[in-house]
Amino acid sequence: MEIMYFYLLAAVAVASGFMVVTCKSPVNNAIALMMTFVCLANFYVMLDAPFMAAIQIMVYAGAILMLIIFTIMLLNLGTAVARKGSHSVVWATVLALLIAMQGYFVINRGEVSGITGEITGEMVKKVGHTELIAKSLFTDFLLPFEIASILLLVAIVGAVIIAKKEV
Amino acid sequence: MITINHYLVLSAVLFSLGTFGVLTRKNAIVIFMCIELMLNAVNLSFISLSSHLGNMDGQIFVFFVMTVAAAEAAVGLALMIAFFRNRESIAVDDFSLLKW
Amino acid sequence: MNDILITLLIIIIKLGLIFAVVLTMAAYLVLAERKILARMQLRYGPNRVGPFGMFQPVADLIKMLTKEDVCPAGADKYLFLFAPGLAAVTALMSLAVVPFGPTIEIFGQQVPQVVCDLNIGVLYFLGLSSLAVYGIALGGWASNSKYALLASIRGLAQLISYELSMGLAVVPIIMAARSFSLTDIVMAQESLPFVLIYPETFLIFFVSVAAESKRIPFDLPEAENELVAGFHTEYSGMRFGLFFVGEYINMIILGSMTTIFFLGGWHGPLLPPIFWFLFKVLGVAFVFIWMRGTMPRFRYDQLMHFGWKVLMPIALLDVVVRGGFMVWSLGG
Repeated sequence: MEIMYFYLLAAVAVASGFMVVTCKSPVNNAIALMMTFVCLANFYVMLDAPFMAAIQIMVYAGAILMLIIFTIMLLNLGTAVARKGSHSVVWATVLALLIAMQGYFVINRGEVSGITGEITGEMVKKVGHTELIAKSLFTDFLLPFEIASILLLVAIVGAVIIAKKEV
Repeated sequence: MITINHYLVLSAVLFSLGTFGVLTRKNAIVIFMCIELMLNAVNLSFISLSSHLGNMDGQIFVFFVMTVAAAEAAVGLALMIAFFRNRESIAVDDFSLLKW
Repeated sequence: MNDILITLLIIIIKLGLIFAVVLTMAAYLVLAERKILARMQLRYGPNRVGPFGMFQPVADLIKMLTKEDVCPAGADKYLFLFAPGLAAVTALMSLAVVPFGPTIEIFGQQVPQVVCDLNIGVLYFLGLSSLAVYGIALGGWASNSKYALLASIRGLAQLISYELSMGLAVVPIIMAARSFSLTDIVMAQESLPFVLIYPETFLIFFVSVAAESKRIPFDLPEAENELVAGFHTEYSGMRFGLFFVGEYINMIILGSMTTIFFLGGWHGPLLPPIFWFLFKVLGVAFVFIWMRGTMPRFRYDQLMHFGWKVLMPIALLDVVVRGGFMVWSLGG
C-alpha cells in the first residue's frame, strides 16, 4: 500500500521534474516545479518530518516559486520571443547520465546501516517534530542560525540595491 | 516496504534531471528553476538519510539550504530584472559582456 | 480491521458534513452580503426568488452551470482551465485543520470535531494560504488579457506582502499557547480569549486577514472601475463560479482562523460549542461585509506602503515585545 503510494508520487515527481527541464513556456516550468515541490513535501511527511514538509510548501512553493512567477509576469516573458534551440543536448545528456550512474554506484556500494541515532518515528510522534527541530536549532546550531539570518539581511539589501533604477 | 535506497535513487534521478536542465536551457529563469530542482533533490536525500539514521542534523541542514535558496532567489531575480532592463532579454548567451 | 473501518467512516462522514455545511454557508453568505449591502445603501437587495430572495443562490447556481464556458483566443488553455479549480481547492483544503468543537462521544467512540488535528496546523494553514495565490496569478496570466495580467501582478504582490504580517501576528499566539495545533490554541483560551490579552496583535492580524481576503478596502486585484473585473475578467460560467465561491470559502476560513486564534474558538457560555463557533465566524464575516459597505479603496502605492512600512514593522515589534515580556515573566 505504502510502496504503491511511493511509486505513484515518485512517478509524478520525476514526470514534473522532466517537464521543468523541457517545457517551452517559463510559467509551465514553474507549475511543474510546484508539482515537484508538493510531491517532495509528501515524501517528507512519509519520512516523519512534517515540519520540514510545511516549511517546504511555505518557503519553496509559497515564497521562492511565487517570486519566480512574479518576475516572469513582470517581465512578461511568456509573450516575448523565446530564443530558439538550446545548448548541446548530447553532452548534457551524457553528463546527467554520468551523475545518475555515479549516484547509482554509490548507493549500490552498500546498505547505509549500523548507525542508529536516538530519534525514532515514535519519538517524533510523541515529542513533536517542531520541538525536536527547535531544540537542535537553538542549541547546537545557534551560530549557523545567526549567520543565516545575517545572510538573509544581506540578500535583502543586495536585492534592493540591484533592482533599483539608478543607484 | 520503502527502503532508504528508494529515496536516494529518486533523489539521484531528480538531481540529474536538474543538471540536464542547467546545461541545456538558455532562459536564465528556467536555469534558476533547474537549480532549485537540484537543491530539492539534495534536500530529499538529506531528510531521508536523517530519518534513516535517527539524527536531526540532516534536517537542520535542509533548513539552511532553504535559507540560502531564499537569499539566492531574491538576489538572482533582482539581477535578472536589472539585466532585462538593459538588454530586453534574459537568455544566458547575452550575459557575455563584463561591462556595458 | 474493524477499528480502521470505523475511523475511516467517521472521517468520511466528517468530510461530507463539512463540505455540505461550508458550501451552503458560502452560497448563503453571498446572499447575506447582497442583502446587507443593499440595506446599507438604502436598497432592498434580491427579493424575487422565493420568500425574501431565499432561493437566489440556487438560481445563481443554475445560471452559472448553464452558461457557456468560454476560453479566450490566445489563452494558455490548460492553465486557464486549471486555475479556478486551484483557487477553490486550496481554499477548501484549509478546512481540514479547523476545529469546530471539542471532542464528543458518539456510540462510545471519541470523535474530535476536526477532520485532522495536525500538530503543525498553523503552518498548514499558512502554507495553504500562500498556495492560494497561485489561483489568482495563473488565472490572470493565462487569460491573455492586459486587465487580468495587471490584476494578477497586483494580487500577487499584495498577498505576498500581507502574508508576512499575518504570519508574524500569529507568532505571539503560538508563544502563548505553546503549540502549533489549532485545537491546543483554542484550549488555551478556555478562560479568556486572546483578543483581550493581545488586542494589538488582533488588530494587525485582522487588517492582514482583510487584505488576504481581497475585499474592499483591499480589493485591488479586482478593482471594478479600473480593471473591469480583475483577474477573472475573461472567465465565465462555472469557472467564474469557482473563483467566486472560492473567495467566499476563503472568507469563511479566514473568519474561522480569526475565531480560533483570537476569539476563543468554540468557547462560550450556555449554548453548544459548535453554535458559538459558527456564530463567531459569521460575526467576523459580517464585519468584512460592513467594511465593504463603508470604506473606500486603497491606492496601489498606499497599499504597498502600508503593508511594508507600517504593518510589518509593527508586527515585528509586537513579536519582540511580547516575546521579551513572556521570557521576563517566566523569570528566564
